[in-house]
Amino acid sequence: MSFLEVTLQLADGFMTTLLIFAITLVGAIPLGLLITLGSMSKVPPVKWIFKTFVWIIRGTPLMLQIILVFYGPGLLFGAKALPRLIAVIIAFIINYACYFSEIYRGGIESIPKGQYEAGQVLGMTKTQIFFKVVLFQVIKRIVPPMGNEIITLVKDPSLARVLSVIELVQAAETIVSLKSLIWPLFYVGAFYLLFSGLLTLLLNYAEKKLNYYQG
Amino acid sequence: MAFLEINGIYKSFGKTEVLKGISFGMEKGEVLAIIGSSGSGKTTLLRCLNFLETPDAGSISVGGETLFDSLSPSASDSEIRLKRLHFGLVFQSFNLFPQYTVLKNVSLAPELLHTKGKKLSKEEKSRILCEIDANSRALLSTVGLSEKMYSYPCELSGGQQQRVAIARALALSPDILCFDEPTSALDPELTGEVLRVIRELKTSDRTMIVVTHEMNFARGVADKVIFMADGVIEEYGTPDEVFGNPKSEKTRSFLEKSLENP
Repeated sequence: MSFLEVTLQLADGFMTTLLIFAITLVGAIPLGLLITLGSMSKVPPVKWIFKTFVWIIRGTPLMLQIILVFYGPGLLFGAKALPRLIAVIIAFIINYACYFSEIYRGGIESIPKGQYEAGQVLGMTKTQIFFKVVLFQVIKRIVPPMGNEIITLVKDPSLARVLSVIELVQAAETIVSLKSLIWPLFYVGAFYLLFSGLLTLLLNYAEKKLNYYQG
Repeated sequence: MAFLEINGIYKSFGKTEVLKGISFGMEKGEVLAIIGSSGSGKTTLLRCLNFLETPDAGSISVGGETLFDSLSPSASDSEIRLKRLHFGLVFQSFNLFPQYTVLKNVSLAPELLHTKGKKLSKEEKSRILCEIDANSRALLSTVGLSEKMYSYPCELSGGQQQRVAIARALALSPDILCFDEPTSALDPELTGEVLRVIRELKTSDRTMIVVTHEMNFARGVADKVIFMADGVIEEYGTPDEVFGNPKSEKTRSFLEKSLENP
């Protein structure tokens, strides 16, 4: 098998990795905000339900959650199993939303009370205070920790192979076992490095852009 | 009836009684200085006036309109929002919005207040925004910061930031402008520029309440002085009365101490 053939086959797996990455990001960013609102709720039962949920999701392996989303509905309710890739993506979105929600919460709680009070005294509504005063400051503060999670999300899709979804690592393993070639497995690293390098540059750029003011 | 009437304000936090029946009145154009040691309830009183705290009892009225009365049912959020516009507040820690330029810090609130949630034609809207912009620039020149209009708060000194905060509070033309220890967070050499701005505002006939530790400022600028101790008004009068001839023993010992370490 030539270098080009291996590259093409790996690129195919990488597409699946990217798909999981992109859809998870698009789904988990807003879902995380909902979970934040829930876990910061002033109604104690709501707050505790969300906090418990976050605890369970953050306290168990993502691989286990993928398995649960795929086999759970069938075992519990006799439902038809979801397509494998969909099950993976659902598990990813829920998992990452929980991590994101904690980052959002930290960001929101780090904004000094004086910012809210200044808005109130100037006659702004709660919504205006959130969107015009607080939100931007929160975004600036959460870019570095979000960057961390986003970089992790580049590599986590390799967990999808528990459901035999052919993502990047699984694609390489297939070559290893079928063609008795070992080097494609290491070649995979180059794909990850390239993509996470690209993201790092992008995140640095965003951070720099937001750094036009201090505080 | 006085322009600002405050009657029997009580406020507790848990078991701590911070305000124990505060009543006083102010005329339009007057400057009132509130002095007293830390923990005497000065800041809480200002926060009550600005609806950042809700008094447990008492009433507040401005120009004959009752803004707060603990006996009548509580107002909705939007009512409170309109009522608090009678007051402006300059914070000890400035609380400028760091992501906006100095100019935007001043113009943001009026822009939101006058253009959001209202049906305006394009021309009307741009005319209003134009007026707000011109007014904001004028206010910044009043506080001597025309040159810093496009700077961000983090690029300014503490004294400059506080002057921006003053312009920001003035932008909504409050009936009564409150200052909560406006110079306490500043280095001594920056205190003067802020006090000068406040002093200059006085000549333009504004009603102001200044909570301060600057005794000379209180004495020189205020028309009336309140000395607070342990949640009550211990002494009230003209600066000459309070500083020159204090009746209360507490006032006397407080003044002695604060003049020892100015």
